[in-house]
Amino acid sequence: MSGMMLAIQGALGQGVLWGIMGLGVYLTFRILDIADLSVDGTFALGGCTCAALMVRAGMDPYTSVILSSLAGMAAGFVTGILYTKCGIPAILAGILTQLGLYSLNLRIMDKSNTPFLKVDTAFKQLAAGTGLSQNGCSLVIGGLVAALLIAALYWFFGTEMGSAIRATGNNENMARSQGMNTNHYKILGLALSNGMVSLSGALVSQHQGYADVKQGMGAIVTGLASIIIGEVILGRRVNFAVKLAAVVAGSCIYRIIVAMVLQMGLSTDDLKLLTAALVALALSIPVLLEKRRLAKRYCETGEEEKHA
Amino acid sequence: MLKISHVGKTFNAGTVNEKKALTNISLHLEPGDFVTIIGGNGAGKSTLMNLIAGVYPIDCGTIFLDGVNISRQPEYKRAALMGRVFQDPMMGTAANMQIEENMALACRRGRRRGLGWGVTKEERERYHEELKRLGLGLEDRMTSKVGLLSGGQRQALTLLMATMQEPKLLLLDEHTAALDPKTARKVLELTQEIVDGSHLTAMMVTHNMKDAISIGNRLIMMSEGRVIYDVRGGEKKRLRVADLLEKFEEASDGEFANDRMLLS
Repeated sequence: MSGMMLAIQGALGQGVLWGIMGLGVYLTFRILDIADLSVDGTFALGGCTCAALMVRAGMDPYTSVILSSLAGMAAGFVTGILYTKCGIPAILAGILTQLGLYSLNLRIMDKSNTPFLKVDTAFKQLAAGTGLSQNGCSLVIGGLVAALLIAALYWFFGTEMGSAIRATGNNENMARSQGMNTNHYKILGLALSNGMVSLSGALVSQHQGYADVKQGMGAIVTGLASIIIGEVILGRRVNFAVKLAAVVAGSCIYRIIVAMVLQMGLSTDDLKLLTAALVALALSIPVLLEKRRLAKRYCETGEEEKHA
Repeated sequence: MLKISHVGKTFNAGTVNEKKALTNISLHLEPGDFVTIIGGNGAGKSTLMNLIAGVYPIDCGTIFLDGVNISRQPEYKRAALMGRVFQDPMMGTAANMQIEENMALACRRGRRRGLGWGVTKEERERYHEELKRLGLGLEDRMTSKVGLLSGGQRQALTLLMATMQEPKLLLLDEHTAALDPKTARKVLELTQEIVDGSHLTAMMVTHNMKDAISIGNRLIMMSEGRVIYDVRGGEKKRLRVADLLEKFEEASDGEFANDRMLLS
């Protein structure tokens, strides 16, 4: 049982760090109404850039994380240009960026995997300074960054610019007829989103002790899982800040589920299949439930008979 | 105010589906003109509205609005000068956003959107007053999502949003066509009230010939991408539906028998 408890603790720490990526995915998937597949590439980009900066260039962990985040924003900008100015469908534009980033990430690190063995990561520094456990450190740093981001997003989407992004995602036609350059707002949204995803990628790789070009595989699905789990728990009719917090909570729950099934003996090889099935199920259940509800309501004899 | 000169538009040029939507249209609106536009399906009424609004580019000619050459400006830039209400009540408002948020978005049409608050306190008070004018009770539901409103309420809100920041030109593209008769009447009355009250220059596409005659100071009839009849002032006031039908018959060699026209 203690093994399970330990696994759950570890899952919470990971969940918060991955939850930051979930926030980025929320921005595109729920606010801009775009399924942005660049996420898989930009998550790895965050880790790879951070590793290259820290291990190869000897930079401190904090500046590295910020620069990694900027790299992610640049990648999101590219997706945005492909999508808006070049007229490539959003999903394909994301896949193109993702594919290109794979090679770019290899170039950045010069190899497929970089361990943070000899450098001090943010987590190691915090652990040395406070005596906290590895998991405690990831909770503190992840929780702090997530809270800051939620506060910033809450503020930003209440501003004129943020409202314009929301309007663009909600009704593009209305946005244009009210004088909004929807292309610019889409690009801005994609850049911000991928900046957060890369930030998350940089933190996760520092936490796990290495960066890998494949670390972003399936990241978008994990992000979607976090969003959906969060919505299932807290519903969609809540305050915007609560919605954002629910994404991070959803990410933690997702990690706990994963930790539990791994503890129960599932092979890590089967994990992607499990995740895909989980997300497919979560997305389809509301649709199926609604269909069943409508089918049940059908009454052949008509209104009067029914009430009689 | 609005000066359209020799504007033409062909869709799918060079293919088997080539369609000449507008041919050499020239139209000059004085400030304060309220023009109603009628014509059969495919006559080019909506195309004309969309070309003025910049939904798609024109092939030739020029469009000047208030002295500004907007012929090649993108849609979002022209929006600074004009207000629009669409046939589909869902099109003019953002359903997932609050009533006051929608109004605030409209109030910033043509201005830079920065990092100031999306809706300020003073604005809320102003919107409350503006909404009262509609007489739909929306002033007490300012933080409700627009998606919860009925089609008529949404159309009235869109109308208010299009005119709150006085536009140089108001484009109404069959904006009452999707509403039930009673609501359509109400929205039309509001339209007249707002246009007259602020002396707006406006264009309204309609399929209702009685409305086309009774509303505004000028009437334009279109057929096959051309303006075939342009009448204003007292002459317009004296028109009867039968006269218009006759004009239609003439223009289309008797082919014209649009049931929507006949029924209205």
